[in-house]
Amino acid sequence: MKKYTTCLKQIISVVLVVIILVGFVWISLLRINHRLDFTTLWGYRYRLWQGFKMTLIMAFASLFVSLFIGSVAAVAQKAKFLTVSYLAKFYVQVIRGTPLLVQIFFFFYIIGTAWGVDNRYVAGVLILSLFEGAYIAEIIRGGLESIDRQQFELAKAVGLTPAKTFRLVTFPLLMARILPALTGQFASIIKDSSLLSVIAIPELTQITQEISADNYRLFENYFFLGLLYFVMTFTVSLITRRLERKYKHENSSE
Amino acid sequence: MKIVLNKICKSFAGKSVLKNVCYEDDFKALAIIGPSGAGKSTLLRIIGGLLPPTSGELYLDGVKINFTEKELLSYRRTIGFVFQTKGLFEHLTALENVMLPLIHSLQLEKTEAEERAKQLFARFGLEREGYKYPHQLSGGQQQRIQIARAVAMKPKLLLLDEPTSALDPELTAEVLDMLGELQAEGLKTIIVTHEMGFAKRACEKVIFVAGGTIVESGDSAQIFTAPQTKALQAFLNKVLEWRP
Repeated sequence: MKKYTTCLKQIISVVLVVIILVGFVWISLLRINHRLDFTTLWGYRYRLWQGFKMTLIMAFASLFVSLFIGSVAAVAQKAKFLTVSYLAKFYVQVIRGTPLLVQIFFFFYIIGTAWGVDNRYVAGVLILSLFEGAYIAEIIRGGLESIDRQQFELAKAVGLTPAKTFRLVTFPLLMARILPALTGQFASIIKDSSLLSVIAIPELTQITQEISADNYRLFENYFFLGLLYFVMTFTVSLITRRLERKYKHENSSE
Repeated sequence: MKIVLNKICKSFAGKSVLKNVCYEDDFKALAIIGPSGAGKSTLLRIIGGLLPPTSGELYLDGVKINFTEKELLSYRRTIGFVFQTKGLFEHLTALENVMLPLIHSLQLEKTEAEERAKQLFARFGLEREGYKYPHQLSGGQQQRIQIARAVAMKPKLLLLDEPTSALDPELTAEVLDMLGELQAEGLKTIIVTHEMGFAKRACEKVIFVAGGTIVESGDSAQIFTAPQTKALQAFLNKVLEWRP
């Protein structure tokens, strides 16, 4: 009975939240005398689908490359050779301290042109990965620092080689700690990829801009664009929550 | 087992922790006692090959131990080491903790490793703990599983670094009972301990370490009844002051 009433309360709350939010947007639209009309978007469904796929491709490719860059930067920060360590720290600070838009222009038009990176897809993935890699480096560094040093001494004491220590001890301990944060970062990559539109990569945002130049339905187009991004990030956040629960299950001290 | 420590010194970042430690004896069970911060754990880590000394030599049964990473790797596989606390891999169950070194250090087959681990768990009444993670185990259980993991590797020598200092008296007894049983079977041990009762009754040799060096050593019967040095007398008076 009690379970039933809490469930009912939850449903009512969800409905209320939806009514409040939709109502607010509705009233706002009435105040500016705009009637939403999504019907024109149907004609662009194929291009939108192409853009949706391109966004996913850019995000997935960047996820893998940024994981690599992030791992290298995290380890390099601890390097005994100071030049390497400073370089890694400088990279993380500068990237995290400047806007992605500035980085895209800088790397694409100056560095990319100078070194002959002509393929804008490759350039896009590299730039996005360089940006996200700095954040991932910090996640990994934090994860490594949170592991009790004695776990490594333990591995030594039972006679594991350094390679096996990494595979059997360091890696699983690190993953348990950083997986939730990494999946969260993946949601950021998806959103940040929208800025790649400035170098004309035909991903969702770029496609939406092109459609807008065609049908002049700016509000509807961007409204729908936001919805599509939300579908992607919400999926990732659901996965994150599941991973977090698993992580808690194995590490709660009760 | 014959052990020789020849002028062992250890310093961390210029700070000297062990100074000219010399010792030579034949022992079955050796206890290292002394005040906190005297260098007992550092000495034990050097003997266990976990820490290279800054200078000096170590011989076990006449064999010189070379402190190069390559030789230490195989040396550590012949020595068991039990840590003071948190000595289990936190991402593995109790059974997996015991099996991991059997499979990956001693190259045993998985079925053989599992069998050996399960036998030990059954013997020491740990069957119900096999599939638990370290955070689900009591401190005493964690220590007993650590000992089981070390013993499973059939070491020639078992080193224990204050294995009961974080436990209440009841759990302490449970760990020391297990240890006493293994010693009676002929397992050679060196234990750093604050349990004077255990050092006196279960270990026939004692080293007293203070200020980074061995101040006194000998048979435990003699050490506890007729301490020679002032430092040891003062130490024993202090630790035994509140004895029932």
